[in-house]
Amino acid sequence: MTETSRHPEPGSPDAPAVDLDGLYAGSAQPRPQPGSPPFEVASDLTADELAYESGLELKARSQWAYARRRFFRHRLAMGSLIVLIGILLCGVFAGRIASYPFDGIDLNNLNAPPTLKGHHYFGTDQLGRDYFSRVLYGIRTTARVAFLVAALSTVLGSLIGAVAGYFGGWIDNLLMRFTDLVLTLPILAVLLVASARLGNGNQYRVALILAFLFWTGIARVVRGIFLSLREKEYVEAAKASGSGDLRIIFRHMLPNSMGPIIVNMTLVTAGAILTEAALSFLGFGIKPPTPALGKLISEGETQMQTQWWLVVFPGLTIVAIVMCINFIGDGLRDALDPTQRRIRA
Amino acid sequence: MLTYVVRRLLYSIPVLIVSSFLIFTFVSTTTDPLEAVRMQPNVNQAAIRQVEKENHLTDPVVVRYGYWVRDAFTRQFGKTILGDRPILPDLMSRLKVTMQLIIAAEILTLLLAIAIGVYSAIRQYSVFDYTATTLSFLGLAIPVFWLGLILQIIFVNVYNKWGIRIFYTGALDNVDPGTGFHFLVQRVQHLVLPVITLAVISIAGYSRFMRASMLEVINADYIRTARAKGLIERRVILKHAFRNALIPLMTLAAIDFGTLFGGTVITEFVYGLPGMGRYFLDALGGGETYVIMAWLMVTATMVVFFNLLADLVLGFLDPRIRLD
Repeated sequence: MTETSRHPEPGSPDAPAVDLDGLYAGSAQPRPQPGSPPFEVASDLTADELAYESGLELKARSQWAYARRRFFRHRLAMGSLIVLIGILLCGVFAGRIASYPFDGIDLNNLNAPPTLKGHHYFGTDQLGRDYFSRVLYGIRTTARVAFLVAALSTVLGSLIGAVAGYFGGWIDNLLMRFTDLVLTLPILAVLLVASARLGNGNQYRVALILAFLFWTGIARVVRGIFLSLREKEYVEAAKASGSGDLRIIFRHMLPNSMGPIIVNMTLVTAGAILTEAALSFLGFGIKPPTPALGKLISEGETQMQTQWWLVVFPGLTIVAIVMCINFIGDGLRDALDPTQRRIRA
Repeated sequence: MLTYVVRRLLYSIPVLIVSSFLIFTFVSTTTDPLEAVRMQPNVNQAAIRQVEKENHLTDPVVVRYGYWVRDAFTRQFGKTILGDRPILPDLMSRLKVTMQLIIAAEILTLLLAIAIGVYSAIRQYSVFDYTATTLSFLGLAIPVFWLGLILQIIFVNVYNKWGIRIFYTGALDNVDPGTGFHFLVQRVQHLVLPVITLAVISIAGYSRFMRASMLEVINADYIRTARAKGLIERRVILKHAFRNALIPLMTLAAIDFGTLFGGTVITEFVYGLPGMGRYFLDALGGGETYVIMAWLMVTATMVVFFNLLADLVLGFLDPRIRLD
């Protein structure tokens, strides 16, 4: 459910503007204060105070509030979230943090191993380019691609799944056969063909191509949820009260499917990062001059036996990002989906 | 049962036709296999037109697709556009290399993942369980190509420093053509690292899967009954719990095995193995539409076949499931 309650609370901006002062004018009875119970209480305490006195807590908590509490208590997920935010901030402010520009050359330090001297924390390559700076800029690209893929494929997958599950019949059949078709294709091969021919090494194009192949999982999940939600009483009630299909889908059913959608979104994000890195490594993904972590690894590959840092650090960055996302996804699954709680270590 | 198999196979035919047409259209309209040749100034224009004509490159896509279907059925997927090499023999010899790789990887994966998963489940929340969980999260986060490179760095440096050759990191082509035991050892030394690279991510995923499935079974009522009637723990775990917990994993493994035929691209690229994946990458680089198509048909057929096999295995292992 959404965080805001269906009925506007008294005193909230949504409350109907009735001239209460005029209503009570001239009567001896004092005007009830906002938030006070509608009936006469032999006490001058407000409802909140009353509740406190009686030991009952009246504070309304939505499903989301509970989920948030569960997630905040998940230490591993919270820790991962903090680390991930830190890494992403490094990427966002790469221009300020990095001591060198992405393709800046330090001729005094060619092939330098990782050192604090000259701020080459991740070492330099044979042209004297600082790999710490390059990795920071690579994080920025990775994050951009990952979020674009996650957002696009989630929206696309949710829409297709929702329409298929809600309408059923031939629409469902058509959409799901199409989904099966996409699933039968060897995904990496199709991606390679697509990004080799249509990608042009551009990060946004690569992200689009990835998104068009990553929506299938979410579509199947959302369809499954919609098939079961469709039979629920509240959907029937919404139909009986004359709500249109679009309103039922977006206002009633999608909010109730958000949990699995969000969890699947983290899976897609992690998958997109790994796939983009592999594509760029093979030379069919993002191409220079755009910095990408996968491309950095493939550039370092030729000298990796002696200059191991060129391969190790960009890779470790990918591992750290993906691991954080997976831990966060695990925490979200536990928080949002208590009924399907996986037995967690 | 037989009708089920036949019907499933019939269902997959339209899927293969549609997907082959989509991919053929996509590949053949976006690639020009003669791109590199055209750029060379000393190539005879007439020769280029000759190749174009022989391969129907100037015809509309639908017509070209028709020619391709004919070639696929009557001429074993035809020949490459440049060089006129027959495709099928090449593909089959590549398939042999890939098969060695994925069968070895699958055996390693299943043995390790089942052992880890079962032990984690019966010793839930133990040190072993926590370690296995952490490692599996690590395994799922490591990019396959990076793992391959790291293993190469380690073993090459071990060789350079101490002169100990544990595993080879290079191409399979330089296997010593000796005979008998020596050849076998050489072969294994060459294949171990690619197999590990390929298997790590599946071991991580499968061990988690096995653990969850085992825990679910262990908490079931019939296990409590088995314990209550006094069976020894070993028998409860191995005979009652393990066999039932194995069913979901077997289904998953069968499905995944089908996808592995097309899923060794990165590993073969990193280790320079002459398998299916490398064949595909080379074809992609050269714009060889017919090679890409043949490759896709083989891998897609494998996916369809192993999906069907997974359902049959599931029906066989779990008699409650009716296939019809």
